[in-house]
Amino acid sequence: MTTTTQPIALAVVHQPQGGMRDRLRDWLPRLVLGPSFLLILFFVYGFNLWTLLLSFTNSKAFSNFNFIGWANYQKLWTWTFQSDPPSNWYTAIVNMGIFGGLYVVFCLALGLFLAILLDQKIRGEGVLRPLYLYPLALSFIVTGTAWKLFLDPRIGLEKAVHDLGWTSFHFDWVVNPRMMIYCVAIAGIWQTSGFVMAMFLAALRGIDSEILKAAQIDGASVYATYRRIIIPMMRPAFMSALIILTHMAIKSYDLVLSVTGKNPGGAAELPSTFMYSYTFTRNQMGVGSASAVIMLATIAAIMVPYLYSELKEKRQ
Amino acid sequence: MKLRSILMAGVMTAGALSLASGASAADTKDVQMLHWWTSGGEAAAVNVIREALAKQGYGWKDVPVAGGGGGAAMTTLKAMVAAGNPPTASQILGYYAMDYSEAGKLADITPLATKGDWAKVIPTALQKFTTVDGKWGAVPVNIHSVNWIWVNKALMEKIGGAEPKNFDELIALLDKAKKAGVIPLALGGQPWQEATMFDSVVTSTGGVDFYKKAFIDLDANALKSDTMKKSFDNLAKLRDYLDPNYAGRDWNLATAMVIKGDALLQVMGDWAKGEFKNANKEAGKDYLCYRFPGTDGSVLYNTDMFAFFQVSADRQAAQTALADTTMSPDVQIDFNLIKGSAPARMDVSDAKFDACGKKAIADIKAANAKGTFLGSMAQNYAQPPAIATAYYDVVTKFLHGEIKTSDEAVKQLIAAIDSAK
Amino acid sequence: MSAADALLAAPSREPARHSNVTRVVIYGLLIVFAIIYLLPLVVMVMTSLKPLEEVTGGNMFYLPQHLTFEPWTKAWGTACVGLTCAGLKGYVWNSVKMVVPAVLISTLLGALNGYVLTKWRFPGHKLVFGMMLFACFIPFQSVLIPMATILGKLGAIGQSLENTIGLSLGFGNPTVNLVLVHVVYGLGFTTLFFRNYYETFPNELVRAAQIDGASFFQIFRRILLPNSMPIFIVTVIYQFTNIWNDFLFGSTFAAGDSAPMTVALYNIVNTSTGIVEYNTNMAAAMIAAAPTLVVYVLAGRYFVSGLMAGAVKG
Repeated sequence: MTTTTQPIALAVVHQPQGGMRDRLRDWLPRLVLGPSFLLILFFVYGFNLWTLLLSFTNSKAFSNFNFIGWANYQKLWTWTFQSDPPSNWYTAIVNMGIFGGLYVVFCLALGLFLAILLDQKIRGEGVLRPLYLYPLALSFIVTGTAWKLFLDPRIGLEKAVHDLGWTSFHFDWVVNPRMMIYCVAIAGIWQTSGFVMAMFLAALRGIDSEILKAAQIDGASVYATYRRIIIPMMRPAFMSALIILTHMAIKSYDLVLSVTGKNPGGAAELPSTFMYSYTFTRNQMGVGSASAVIMLATIAAIMVPYLYSELKEKRQ
Repeated sequence: MKLRSILMAGVMTAGALSLASGASAADTKDVQMLHWWTSGGEAAAVNVIREALAKQGYGWKDVPVAGGGGGAAMTTLKAMVAAGNPPTASQILGYYAMDYSEAGKLADITPLATKGDWAKVIPTALQKFTTVDGKWGAVPVNIHSVNWIWVNKALMEKIGGAEPKNFDELIALLDKAKKAGVIPLALGGQPWQEATMFDSVVTSTGGVDFYKKAFIDLDANALKSDTMKKSFDNLAKLRDYLDPNYAGRDWNLATAMVIKGDALLQVMGDWAKGEFKNANKEAGKDYLCYRFPGTDGSVLYNTDMFAFFQVSADRQAAQTALADTTMSPDVQIDFNLIKGSAPARMDVSDAKFDACGKKAIADIKAANAKGTFLGSMAQNYAQPPAIATAYYDVVTKFLHGEIKTSDEAVKQLIAAIDSAK
Repeated sequence: MSAADALLAAPSREPARHSNVTRVVIYGLLIVFAIIYLLPLVVMVMTSLKPLEEVTGGNMFYLPQHLTFEPWTKAWGTACVGLTCAGLKGYVWNSVKMVVPAVLISTLLGALNGYVLTKWRFPGHKLVFGMMLFACFIPFQSVLIPMATILGKLGAIGQSLENTIGLSLGFGNPTVNLVLVHVVYGLGFTTLFFRNYYETFPNELVRAAQIDGASFFQIFRRILLPNSMPIFIVTVIYQFTNIWNDFLFGSTFAAGDSAPMTVALYNIVNTSTGIVEYNTNMAAAMIAAAPTLVVYVLAGRYFVSGLMAGAVKG
């Protein structure tokens, strides 16, 4: 087999060139990767360490190094269980669960659903696909503003439906503090599900037809085919989609503020808004840093095992 | 090949950008000003200052970052200061200015203050924020107060109402409005608006001394007293007069309700005047301004200040000019005429101001003399932001029903304030 | 042929043989969803073409009765962003100046990184990739102040460079700062996309080139790049969208004259005076979204084929 002799051929051909050039060639890939890796090491991990450091201080408006041990974390810990009336941190955690869960699950489900539908040899796919995809092009601020208008009971959906005759229609979620987070979720799902759909559509199209034909010959039902073959083969797509959705859910600071109008009743608090307000508005940088560390730890706890298992697997 | 040339082009653009940047530092004849006055009316007021500076030969580099209350602007300011590249001056609220002063970031404009004798003409309470350790680092541009109610005159006459002198009369008036089929109280359900209204409710319920003890001194007995409980009870009473869509509404939309005649009155600071002015409404003719019932004689203030940062020597002339100009009587009058607030200098003429403005100016002088010129808790002038926002939390949760009883609210208020200290 | 068999046959590129009922259901669902997705955009466009009284007094689903383009001209040229009332137009150029280099640089670096991680494996490459991937999850709010400090130091370097050689070489220029920030925080994604794509790229071609004596960069330029168009498009679209729409970094590090268009849009939409001009706000929002929308519509089909060509493979 040629593959086993190639390395030997390489060694034979390149040997007398001189150690320096060889070593440079060996190290070149790492040198190329190096800058990016170092940038990330410094600007991501370095800054995270800085945040970690600050979380043990009583920094207020500016960073200082008055270490107070675990005090900030203890504060957050007590707040985690304050549910009546809910502390801001408690609300943030609950909302993250609601919003994050709904956002990720519905984007994945809706994206998969639409992708499967579109994959059925539809005419007009070229028109439909951009229609589902375009919301991602809008910034969070634009999306939030549009949905706040759309869902406003006075001039939006509720009024429109009333005018069209159905006067008992009620949809005041966007002004109801308890339901606001669901409105944020709706806006978020609308924005990103098209992107997930595109990813899944591509993955579906990439599935080797031979495997499917084999399954068909074996007499597998449609449902089983989807469940046992197609969806498992889309795992890489799931991974990418999950990473992107998680990233967007964490980042969703602008979206929350635009849809809810500055968080009345504190009901639309999310860890990102909590962190921002404690660090910058309330001038309690120590507490804000501690909340950021907890956010990161939670994400790490979920994503690291997931990434580990995905990356460890052999290619199918 | 195509892809490569695109990539190369991109990298070259970046390179060209960097080489072409040249002198990007602010021209030394320019004042670089960070603020969040991005609306038409507010911007018009700042223009007064800009034009006054232009007459002296100074340019203006605007750094506007919107977000009511200045949240995003303060973040930008922190970043600029952390980067060692502060603006000439920034719009700022009291406690933030103190923080920067204590961190040694503010310029020392005491010579200007001594020359202009500012200590005599600015209310004493404000000097707590402008002067730290005897060093002046900031100047107030205006004085707003929050304990006002703004009433649609036509509606008032229609229902046969009169100026309410205490809280019970206010409730009676609101009842009249409700019976007449108008929305009695226009409110924007955002935490700061609700807290602003609560400031007035507390002062009305317990008197200005109680307000001072509870919110300025943070006296524990005052905070847990029955008077505080009654204040929350009164706030709950007001809730009955709101329309169902009030949550999340912006303050100016609530004012618009009063302007249009959909609602009878709004409890809001006197920046609401700017809205009436924009809609061509006249004080006394189309709308009435009263002190919140039971608070006449006291002024719960907030003020917009300019903080001056330590800048390089070549920028200091412009900075001095800005400070002087801002404090000059003419600019104080013209700026505040447009903005709807009262001048920060107590010694300027009130001739050009309308009825509400004149009352505001007179009230300030009187309150300063009597010691009833107090910072608004909701507007970050009674306590540092950490405590003020804790205050918001409790008030908004109470109003929206997450805290169910006044007793609970009092407990939560004490706990929130303690944990924010 | 039963419907089930027909559905099964579809993904294998044979002509679809769905029953009519199934087809109607499929089309029906797709159209219903299309309407749902389209509705907010339609409302936005219609609102931006109405005079204000129609917006606040009328029904948002009705067509404009007095069609007007005034909100658009206002948003473009006269809306107030602070003291300057010149609309969005200047800021759009700021955004372009910043986005183009940021996207291209982060994409190029992502491609190189993906190349190294898949074709020049070294011990620990999976760990390195994992670590770089984790960069995607950092909440941006927590890096604002440390980043500002670093940018400040860079600015100081720029000042001293300027004092000595007369040119600051971009150090301290707000646009350059933003490019740096976006490149750094985009590296995680671009590396992810390219790495997954190159993972499925046949190694035989690379080996053959190595035997022929091609160098590291030659292989990259001659073999991988020419075949990377699909993933290049995907990465560019994704990065363009994220960087164009970013508000947080733009407002914190580049407020003022160099502000990107998102900051200006936020200033316009957030003007707190009385009347909220919904129509102008919507027009401004549409102008802000126009470039990304155009990119999506034009390059949309490359987007899917690009994803198909391996971005989502493991």
